[in-house]
Amino acid sequence: MTSSEILFDSPADPVVEGPVLQVEDLHVSFPSEAGRVRAVRGLSYQVSPGEVLGIVGESGSGKSVSSLAVMGLLPESARISGSIKFQGRELIGRTDAELSKIRGRRIAMVFQDPLSALTPVYTVGDQIAEAILVHRGGAVSKQAANKRAVELLDLVGIPNAAERAKAFPHEFSGGMRQRAVIAMAIANDPDLIIADEPTTALDVTVQAQVLQLLETAQEVTGAGIVIITHDLGVVAGFADRLMVMYAGRAVETGKVDEIYQQPRMPYTLGLLGSIPRLDVGEKQALVPITGQPPSLTDLPPGCPFAPRCPMVVDACHTAEPPLIDVDGSPEHRAACIRTGEIAATDTEGAEAAAEIFGAEVVEEPEIAKVPREQRDIVLELDHVVKEYPVNKGVVFKRRVGTVHAVAGISFDIREGETLGLVGESGCGKTTTLMEILGLEKPMGGEISVLGTNVSSLDSKRRFEIRRDMSVVFQDPMASLDPRLTIHDVIAEPMQVHGYGKDEINRRVPELMRLVGLRPEQLSRYPGEFSGGQRQRIGIARALALEPKLVVLDEPVSALDVSIQAGVINLLEELKSKLGLAYLFVAHDLSVVRHIADRVAVMYLGKIIEIGEVDSVFDAPRHPYTQALLSAIPIPDPVKERQRERIILTGDLPSPANPPSGCRFRTRCFLHASLPPEQQRTCIELEPPREVQAPDHEAACHFAQIRQVL
Amino acid sequence: MAGFLLRRLVNYVVLALVATFLAFTLASATFDPIGVLQQRNPPPPAASIEAKKRDLHLDQPIPQRFVTWMGGVVQGDFGRTITDRPITDELGRRIGVSLRLFLLGITLGILFGVLIGVVSAIRQYKFSDYFATLFSFILLSTPVLVLGNLLKIGAQSINDSIGSNVLIFVGETTPGFQGNWFEHLGDRLQHLILPTLAIALGQIAYYSRYQRSSMLDVLGSDFLRTAQAKGLTRRRALMKHGLRTALIPMATLFAFGFGLLVVGGTFTERIFTWYGMGDWLVTGISAQDTNITATVTLFVAVCVLLSGWLADVLYAALDPRIRVN
Repeated sequence: MTSSEILFDSPADPVVEGPVLQVEDLHVSFPSEAGRVRAVRGLSYQVSPGEVLGIVGESGSGKSVSSLAVMGLLPESARISGSIKFQGRELIGRTDAELSKIRGRRIAMVFQDPLSALTPVYTVGDQIAEAILVHRGGAVSKQAANKRAVELLDLVGIPNAAERAKAFPHEFSGGMRQRAVIAMAIANDPDLIIADEPTTALDVTVQAQVLQLLETAQEVTGAGIVIITHDLGVVAGFADRLMVMYAGRAVETGKVDEIYQQPRMPYTLGLLGSIPRLDVGEKQALVPITGQPPSLTDLPPGCPFAPRCPMVVDACHTAEPPLIDVDGSPEHRAACIRTGEIAATDTEGAEAAAEIFGAEVVEEPEIAKVPREQRDIVLELDHVVKEYPVNKGVVFKRRVGTVHAVAGISFDIREGETLGLVGESGCGKTTTLMEILGLEKPMGGEISVLGTNVSSLDSKRRFEIRRDMSVVFQDPMASLDPRLTIHDVIAEPMQVHGYGKDEINRRVPELMRLVGLRPEQLSRYPGEFSGGQRQRIGIARALALEPKLVVLDEPVSALDVSIQAGVINLLEELKSKLGLAYLFVAHDLSVVRHIADRVAVMYLGKIIEIGEVDSVFDAPRHPYTQALLSAIPIPDPVKERQRERIILTGDLPSPANPPSGCRFRTRCFLHASLPPEQQRTCIELEPPREVQAPDHEAACHFAQIRQVL
Repeated sequence: MAGFLLRRLVNYVVLALVATFLAFTLASATFDPIGVLQQRNPPPPAASIEAKKRDLHLDQPIPQRFVTWMGGVVQGDFGRTITDRPITDELGRRIGVSLRLFLLGITLGILFGVLIGVVSAIRQYKFSDYFATLFSFILLSTPVLVLGNLLKIGAQSINDSIGSNVLIFVGETTPGFQGNWFEHLGDRLQHLILPTLAIALGQIAYYSRYQRSSMLDVLGSDFLRTAQAKGLTRRRALMKHGLRTALIPMATLFAFGFGLLVVGGTFTERIFTWYGMGDWLVTGISAQDTNITATVTLFVAVCVLLSGWLADVLYAALDPRIRVN
């Protein structure tokens, strides 16, 4: 058998007409200490051959559990009922041995976290070959399978595939590992591919690569695809149909365009309204969905979304609404008794959401009216450098190189201003942040806080100046001591800085109210709060000393979308109310566009473009910024399908060995299109940061505007 | 890689020397072989005591004695015992006895320990898991002294019920046994079963606990799910991807377990009257014999350091992530 026959063989069983996958009234429950968790409650959907179905929902909505049920990969303790028919054959009740003949052969799966999805002790090539051998061990020799594995790696865009197949997973970057997992998934030309949050753990540029690869995979295999995500942007351009899940059930299904343009269930409306839009210039009202998803152990009767719904009426609490056809379309169905009223509103999509949920644009702070140049500088970085040695050897360490983590960056933040610092992981964002927070003399360049150069500080002044600067961390779970009460958590900075007992006791409840929490909860422990509430506690702690500058390290990236909007709104209100300046580090450019006044784009330890947020987003000058912006999906199916995506090739080069001249040139599409003499400029000369427009600088020899939104 | 392991090996030679020197010094400083000699009844003549002193180099300072002894060791001569028998002759035989006992015991211990640990983890909180847990804790909390004697009693009753001496628990072979090689083998096996069991049982209990927890860590891992999603049955995914990864942290345990067991088996050797290295250490100390004590210490040091070296090799072989380039 030749390799192409392996990929395009005729299936052993006759192809059944009708849907590839048909799920009917699926129920899944797990035992827990609080009672049975009913993770999936009566879910029905189907996928036709070649169709892409997007399943959207927050964590705990049952979207992953239902697809694991299809794969037969749920733990033994799970109780499953209903029907899952794959190509007309019932899967529920099959033994593991029977299911293993279908898994990987007819239904393939791509998982969320590529870092842990591969077995660390076998080579990538062997693991792909195994997917072939396990199903056709009799017909395909080991050598043929290995050869095929190399071809597959090549197909998914791993350069130098024959060599890389011999590498172990830890030698691959996250994006490359996800490619390897996709190679495994398409190895046997499956009829259905289930992708469970396939891009969530990846950088935006890599996310764009992986999404494109999934599209290619679908074209090559002709498989139906189920793509599970919490990000409405990811599926907008890719999916044909959408299913929104809440509390273990489908609450709205329909064609992608219908759902994005005419959502008929308040939850879907809320989700759409809660996403900051990359393509909206003017200030947009973000919809926070209050409360949390319900516990699935003992659901009260009635609509499970009712406690969080702005349109709730008494009738909502009597019975759980079934999915009903809306707008006379048989494909568009929603589970809400008030769909008619939603349809009757004049506005559409996100605007309707803002209206129904009563979300308002947060007002600009007073100080924003003062021209930027006339405001005080809160933080200033001038050609700051941070390098790490690379050591080798176990017994005798010797230095073999230098990681240029931050290679001379300059920016300033003025009073009442938010600077968004963005870039891929490994670009030096976090190092910059640590340099600022450390308040130590940098290896090179200068850092000034409130006009004081930090290298001139003695330890007493350094301690004093820490009051003016505080930090909110990314992971709200890990950044609060689980053994301190909330009161102690918020009081700690004040105790350290010698506040009196009375003042602390007065300030703490005040701070709780400020971040939208009830002071009665002060005696509780962090474990009793949800992620969004914990992040609010983290913000209260950061504000305890009345700082002038708050450093926010990815403050919303660990939160569900509906919660995220609430925290973003809170940050904006606080900034306006307290006149704070923010340094907002994020990889989500949509959030940055929404919250920041200015944005700085980092690449390999350098700022390659900086400026006023609308100018940078609407008229990006640097090819990297253009690629970064074009990689971000927009939650609008019509726009998304028309967009031309700039796909960057490969991964970030090693900061230990950055390219000469312009650091971006190895991945630059503009550089690739230039004539040789101009290319030489990129290779030999490092581009300086040059003014492109008022408050807009970019570091590119051949900077030109390219609109990508 | 080879260079790295070679460097390690050189370090180990130095460490073994230091350990032996310390043991030799300590033994020389505390032992009083002449005192033992003088207490004999009737006391030996003064001339023979003087001769003994010279034989044992007691007239020299301790470091010099060590250098003299070590000079012999390098040439393969470990000196003589107090009773004036060459240690080298006995050393080979005793190492053979110990290794025969422990290699088999620890091999069985590792095999069954891993097996039981894996089954316990896969069937967590099922009857078999509780059963294995209970027995492991009973075995771990029973001193070998008690376990060995219980085994003896059990063996005796088995022998009685069969009416023939199948399980023999004294010595490693029947003195003056006559027969062909096959009958000899059978005789040795009869002697081997009980002490091997005494060692293996404890090892099984110990390893199964560690294997269980390292396997539990792997059970929830994503790569196991990926393997199943590829089409491996759960059992095959568990064995090929799960167990293989769960064995990595066990490598150190296996290696050092062996190194320490060779002397830790003193009780087992005494209970079943096997004249191995552990037994020799006790004999050496009670006879106030510096040379025997130092020889056994050197042997232990070499065993432990070889184990460490073996652990490095095993680790590198099992885990590609730590291979040194």
